Amino acid sequence: MTMNERKEQVDAGRRKVLGAAVGVASVTAAPGVVLHTLAVAEPRSKPVTDSVRWGMLIDSSKCAEGCDACVTACNKENGLDLQARPEGEDAAKWDRQVAKWIRMVKVQDNLTGYVSRLPMMCQHCELPPCVDVCPTGASFKRADGIVLVDRHICIGCRYCMMACPYKARSFIHEVVKVKLTRAPRGKGCVESCNLCVHRRDNGEASTACADACAAEGQGAILFGDLKDPDSPLMKALAALPSREIRGDLDLNTGVRYTGV
Amino acid sequence: MANALIRSSLLAIGLSGAALPFPGVSADFAPGNHVIAGSRAADLEHCVRETSFMRRNHMELIEHQRHVTVHEGVRATEYGLSGCVACHVSYDREGQPVPIYSEGQFCETCHEFAAVELTCFDCHATVPAHTDAEARDEVAPQSGGQAEADVAPVSAVPAAGMEVARAPHELRKEVGD
Repeated sequence: MTMNERKEQVDAGRRKVLGAAVGVASVTAAPGVVLHTLAVAEPRSKPVTDSVRWGMLIDSSKCAEGCDACVTACNKENGLDLQARPEGEDAAKWDRQVAKWIRMVKVQDNLTGYVSRLPMMCQHCELPPCVDVCPTGASFKRADGIVLVDRHICIGCRYCMMACPYKARSFIHEVVKVKLTRAPRGKGCVESCNLCVHRRDNGEASTACADACAAEGQGAILFGDLKDPDSPLMKALAALPSREIRGDLDLNTGVRYTGV
Repeated sequence: MANALIRSSLLAIGLSGAALPFPGVSADFAPGNHVIAGSRAADLEHCVRETSFMRRNHMELIEHQRHVTVHEGVRATEYGLSGCVACHVSYDREGQPVPIYSEGQFCETCHEFAAVELTCFDCHATVPAHTDAEARDEVAPQSGGQAEADVAPVSAVPAAGMEVARAPHELRKEVGD
């Protein structure tokens, strides 16, 4: 046996021992690694609780005429701009039917002529009429106050669309070819603003519309936790006179307006 | 007597016919056939559970996961549909992901063979979420990102360095002879 061969033998033996050691180490280390990953990714791995309630304050007086940054950002974030008008479809009809999560509603005071601009989306009611009427349980309120549609269960009856006082819900009338992973969408289901629920689950701070509005310099949309008295949202709500739209319905909406 | 003979020979023919497809079935879906090189799946011995379990029960995992995700906001688990797509999708020569439910692709191949129609991809994305696509400006909708008709089956255009997803008839030819 030459020196070289003997050396190779020794090396092979070392490798086996080292391999076994690595194996043992990885087995013992694995639970720790998993725990660490879970701790880091906690927003995505823990069920949502009612320790928070997401909501918004929209300052109508800051909402600039001619600006639609929030609508555009919402469309992009949630893939609404990927809906394609079928060939031969009437443009006006399509505009009436295409899903929109934010509508820009203008309200004019008949006496003074003052026009308020209200970005109008799902108001995330505490007592949502859409949930009351849903025959399948598809329309539901999450523990953190977000009202959304489980489209796996939705049968597309559109009862919720009729029940909603805010005209917040849309029905998907056409096949959707291009979808985003974060925002699934298909023909035959109802949907509406879900306060960027994928962002909530990822532990991000804000919604697409609020970010876009701030980036435009208006800062008319403030998103936050209605259960945290120290959040900027609650401080603003405590400082400003705000109102619910259709407050007479006693729905305790999560979206409030000021400067109307 | 003659009847008995005919009956038994018919039975024999029937049995041999029935026995034949089974090796074919297992060969068609041999593990790893649709796992692309360089993907997360390529480095793993099996899927999130062992292969035999996944073949029969993947839909149960996905269905449970969808409820947990939609209602409880739990997304950091391994049984999500986006995980299937991310791991099993294949790429064309330009490096563009090929929709996973288009002809010859991972989901379609098996469901076509088993005559099971799935509706997951009526709503869900058929290509993985990569940062560009989700930050948008999308896997170019016009240039065929997910418009399935525009994309040639991968088996027709083998990409360099990419394992090619094979259609079942090709595999059957290989194995059957």
